[in-house]
Amino acid sequence: MQIPAPFEYARADTVDDAIALLSRHGPEARIIAGGHSLLPMMKLRLARPEWLIDINDLYELDFVLRDGDRLRIGALTRHTTLLESAEIAALFPIVGDAERVIADPIVRNRGTIGGSLCQADPAEDLATVCDVLGAEAIVRGPSGERMLTMTEFHRGAYETAVAPDELLCEVRIPIRPRSGSAYEKVERRVGDWAVAAAGAALSFAEDGTIAVASVGLTAVGLDGTVGAVTELLRGERPGEPLFIEAGRLAALAADPVADQRGPIDYKRHLADELTRRVLRRASDRAAQSAGATGHPTTPQEG
Amino acid sequence: MTILQEHAPNPAADDAGRPIGYGRLQRKEDPRFVRGRGHYVDDITLPGMLHGAILRSPVAHARLVSIDTSAALAHPGVVAVITGADLLGLGLAWAPTLSADVQAVLVTDKVRFQGQEVAFVVAEDRYAARDALELIEVDYDVLPPLVDARKALDPDAPVVRDEMEGRTDNHIFDWEAGNKAETDAVFAAADVVVSQEIVYPRSHPAPMETCGAVADFDAVTGKLTLYETSQAPHAHRTLFAMVAGIPEHKIRIVSPDIGGGFGNKVGIYPGYILAVVGSIVTGKPVKWMEDRSENLMSTSFARDYIMQGEIAATKDGKILAVRTSVLADHGAFNATAQPTKYPAGFFHIFTGSYDLQAAHCSVTGVYTNKAPGGVAYACSFRVTEAVYLIERLVDILAAKLEVDPAELRLKNLIKPEQFPYPNKTGWEYDSGNYERALRLSMSMAGYDDLRREQRAKRDRGELMGIGISFFTETVGAGPRKHMDIVGLGMNDGAELRVHPTGKAVVRISVQSQGQGHETTFAQIVAEEIGIPPEDIDVVHGDTDQTPFGLGTYGSRSTPVSGAAVALVARKVREKARFIAAAMLETRPEDLEWEKGRWFVKGDPSVGKTIAEIAMGAYGTVALPEGIDGNLDAEVTYDPPNLTFPFGAYICVVDVDPGTGHVAVRRFVAVDDCGTRINPMIIEGQVHGGLTDGVGMALMQFIEFDESGNNLGGSFMDYLIPTAMEVPDWETGYTVTPSPHHPIGAKGIGESATVGSPPAIVNAVVDALSPFGITHMDMPCTPARVWAAIQGRPRPPI
Repeated sequence: MQIPAPFEYARADTVDDAIALLSRHGPEARIIAGGHSLLPMMKLRLARPEWLIDINDLYELDFVLRDGDRLRIGALTRHTTLLESAEIAALFPIVGDAERVIADPIVRNRGTIGGSLCQADPAEDLATVCDVLGAEAIVRGPSGERMLTMTEFHRGAYETAVAPDELLCEVRIPIRPRSGSAYEKVERRVGDWAVAAAGAALSFAEDGTIAVASVGLTAVGLDGTVGAVTELLRGERPGEPLFIEAGRLAALAADPVADQRGPIDYKRHLADELTRRVLRRASDRAAQSAGATGHPTTPQEG
Repeated sequence: MTILQEHAPNPAADDAGRPIGYGRLQRKEDPRFVRGRGHYVDDITLPGMLHGAILRSPVAHARLVSIDTSAALAHPGVVAVITGADLLGLGLAWAPTLSADVQAVLVTDKVRFQGQEVAFVVAEDRYAARDALELIEVDYDVLPPLVDARKALDPDAPVVRDEMEGRTDNHIFDWEAGNKAETDAVFAAADVVVSQEIVYPRSHPAPMETCGAVADFDAVTGKLTLYETSQAPHAHRTLFAMVAGIPEHKIRIVSPDIGGGFGNKVGIYPGYILAVVGSIVTGKPVKWMEDRSENLMSTSFARDYIMQGEIAATKDGKILAVRTSVLADHGAFNATAQPTKYPAGFFHIFTGSYDLQAAHCSVTGVYTNKAPGGVAYACSFRVTEAVYLIERLVDILAAKLEVDPAELRLKNLIKPEQFPYPNKTGWEYDSGNYERALRLSMSMAGYDDLRREQRAKRDRGELMGIGISFFTETVGAGPRKHMDIVGLGMNDGAELRVHPTGKAVVRISVQSQGQGHETTFAQIVAEEIGIPPEDIDVVHGDTDQTPFGLGTYGSRSTPVSGAAVALVARKVREKARFIAAAMLETRPEDLEWEKGRWFVKGDPSVGKTIAEIAMGAYGTVALPEGIDGNLDAEVTYDPPNLTFPFGAYICVVDVDPGTGHVAVRRFVAVDDCGTRINPMIIEGQVHGGLTDGVGMALMQFIEFDESGNNLGGSFMDYLIPTAMEVPDWETGYTVTPSPHHPIGAKGIGESATVGSPPAIVNAVVDALSPFGITHMDMPCTPARVWAAIQGRPRPPI
């Protein structure tokens, strides 16, 4: 049995209570939700929080709710809920792609979207998913609520813009018509951290050109999305030559490090290979979405 | 499942159709396991028990300058802190290993591997013990580590074992087998020779239950009771008597339920000794349970063989000879568990399943700054490495000759009429019908259809591979004329008592770590004396209650203890004949046996069942001269030879050319372990071993960085395959009984672990053959497969 360093424990009743507990116990207090990242790090004594603030009773943070042109997801929503939601599957197939390859059912039953984003592991799949979907994070602290873009939210490996006395409460994802998204990961074994992964989201304009595009990479040293790919794709018609060029640009944007999962050249290759794959699939899905809503994505002959 | 040969229907089955003897029978031990009522070492709590924790070195090679334990001793709840200096005073700082070397119990002079034991804290609870570890101040003078075994014999290599008098290098042993001159001559004259460096990288058995012990030394009686995770309780008792100076009759070793061993629990680890020292020092029972990282970083690893192999053949594909030279990394202490005379275990069997003219191998063992150990992980004493070498070489030869690897094997397999077959390194294979097993596996797999599918896929640029391995195992150690472990002969005792009401207890020396001994051994007794397995209790794992024997490893339980149990049951049956004769007032030779009873020849209605005979034995029947009033017997079995299980495995993989990811699509395993006692248990053993093989072939590797840091110290880094990585296993079997074994059984425990890695790697290499690849080393991770496709296959070490 691996034994963590001593710590104190408190269970929050409400979001305000959680924030008060965070304020009271200072920067060495940590929120615990699913605990599947924090507890292993504590057992290895890589993390040594003085206090754990348990938010598992905050049912008000466990929801998936369509609200006009955005989908709101509570921070305490479990991976399993995301994976099983028909609404999410229809709107953002990338979420299901990613969730299916996040850890294993035991972890997915406990782990939460908020925990994944706040842990900010460089190999975190949902960070990439939220990046490419253009999500926003709603964070609350003693002085109220603020909204952060994903770019603002991320601060590099294991760091976020969430202050020690703040709590991530919600993730909001914009819903766009004629959209498709996809995620693909290479792992040494099911449940292992990604060797590399890529996510893509595309929305077509009514004329079938690409209106919005983003590609994100996981575990290869890139924060946020690949700006050059967004630029490349905007206004273009989808097609293999375009995706090949996008793959090349994604590989250039990647800055991986060598580890037991693979050397740098391999991970850079995966950035390229997986970018092409997810763009193809996202494009096909966007085309289906457009077809279903009566908006052709390919120009009519005539 | 294809069944080539099935046992005759068992005439003696009970009302529920359960066999009284051999056959499918649910495991007797499972109700307690599936209900969470197993009782493992960590479940043991004794009154006043204290808890120990080990401080381990963060560096691989360093002089120990100083240790300050004062802050740890002052920590609330801490009872004692023991250092190497304390052990020196007790004469316990170094303990003998299973390979005639010594191992530091706690560091006294210098650290020799990362994770080595430096100090031992005993406290009132495990939390206090763990917290106090951080309060021990240790000053290390870090030395350059020796990580690369290939550099171990360089003149300027750091000397790992400089405490040994006169030692200036890292050489442990040179060992060879076969005839070098003869082999070289065959090679010189051969049409075709292929060579390949083949690395079997370091892996770890990683049993679900880590190692641990509860030591309870009674200062009044002088008796030590040691509960430990041991695969060999009797051997441990003798070694503890030698190490600790406690008389052997004052030592009781108890191995309760064990959560997997795979060789990891054969040796005596410093933690066991420290628990004993802790109990002697504090006067209270002391529990020590290692955590997962400690298990992966400090306990017995497996493999770590760098093999240069060569195979010679005629141009039309007759294999003539095999030779190899091996560099074996044994880590910082030579603690490999193996028979004394064989420092490379049973590597002799690299001659494989083929009729050769000559063979030769040489193995050189070296020290490095890595954890000690060496044969663990279900390897049958290095048979794993040997089988991997020959089965890779045969595939490389097939590629060179441009022949189908199945055809090449069929052409060269030892023929049934050649058994008993003397191989070229001095062993005598007991029995086999190899071609029958290989043809069965090919028919189950639909081999020709698979090759057709592969050709079609290649035309479309898809990478599909088909890999074959044919292995011969050598297990059941072993004959006392050939082998011992630290001087103890590898023979097993068994004791059978039939109670007055016809229920029985059989006491065996081998300890189950999940193999189902409580069922299998009851079935062997049932088969011999005809009482139901449910009426036979199997007692094992407690040296005060069982006869001496060397333990469970190397697939030896059924070949050795299984024979002992069959023989002791026959002894009881024979004794029963005399008692039955007395009861029936006839002569013993006038009685005939049918399962469960002796009856009068020619008058089957007149007879006595075993239960009736037992009551007679303990009752008032006038017994014949020389027959005493019980129905008990005991034997010790000395196997006349090893047994040689074999099998034919076929693996089908699909490789993603863009990512290098390997998916095992199908796996056909045909095993021949001789007589099959409980097919359900056999299949379970095979399924587990095949899964191990997927782990080794595709993902497992205990890697070290240049500083000697162990990079495989948690399950985040050292991967265990899951149900997601394995296909539905397709198992089949043939039955070729061992002619020298009382019931013809050969052992099955390690066959699949031995046989599956080459099948999987052969399949991966076969998939990659369009790129001109003839070899890549394990583990075939996505990154390594992709590198191989790029023309850059590299050895893992």
